[in-house]
Amino acid sequence: MTVSVPPHDFDLASEVKGISRDGTTGAVATFVGLVREVPMTLEHYPGMTENAIRKIVDEACGRWQVKDCTVIHRYGELRPGDQIVLVAIASSHRGDAFAACQFIMDYLKTQAPFWKKEHHPDGARWVDARESDDRAAQRWRPASKGA
Amino acid sequence: MKVKVLFFARLREELGTSSEVIELPDSAGTVSGLRAHLMRRGEAWQRLLADGKSLKVAVNQDLAGAAVPLKAGDEVAFFPPVTGG
Repeated sequence: MTVSVPPHDFDLASEVKGISRDGTTGAVATFVGLVREVPMTLEHYPGMTENAIRKIVDEACGRWQVKDCTVIHRYGELRPGDQIVLVAIASSHRGDAFAACQFIMDYLKTQAPFWKKEHHPDGARWVDARESDDRAAQRWRPASKGA
Repeated sequence: MKVKVLFFARLREELGTSSEVIELPDSAGTVSGLRAHLMRRGEAWQRLLADGKSLKVAVNQDLAGAAVPLKAGDEVAFFPPVTGG
């Protein structure tokens, strides 16, 4: 399991090649998030960021069969089209790989301490958290066990 | 007791500080006590540290609620809801 929070770019192909696999690995699912439309600065909380991502990864490993996992989330100055985040999951089967990948992304959006500041032509502004991201994370909560 | 306080994103910018060590009365030894202590500094502090959905707190890099007790040397961070990914 590899978690890193660098300012620099990553190469999807080499990350996928580097994810550990053996004769029982049947699937590698990846997600890459890109900067859309507006240049931005990504701030984070060094130390807590890595810990928060590791906790999310640990939880994914407890829920699904994950043989290996790489999460990279950049910070700093980013332009439209730049890669921001990579989640790559190796598993025996695609179902677990897809689910763990989506879970990690949904949780990253609401739990990992990153903040986006967009640089618009008329000035810079902090991005507000979105309720749709909260809902996306909430759907992974275990169903309540009846009251 | 002394605690290290960190501010991120909009809070860091509007309060004009990213990190400071503050002396906190032992009687104010919880997250909400620290918050109340800081809010006495003025209007911007009151507005930005007002309780609600737009303020998150971490103690020693774990998200924490208002009742979490503090001890000397703790690192307490205040920040808005996160927007990464």
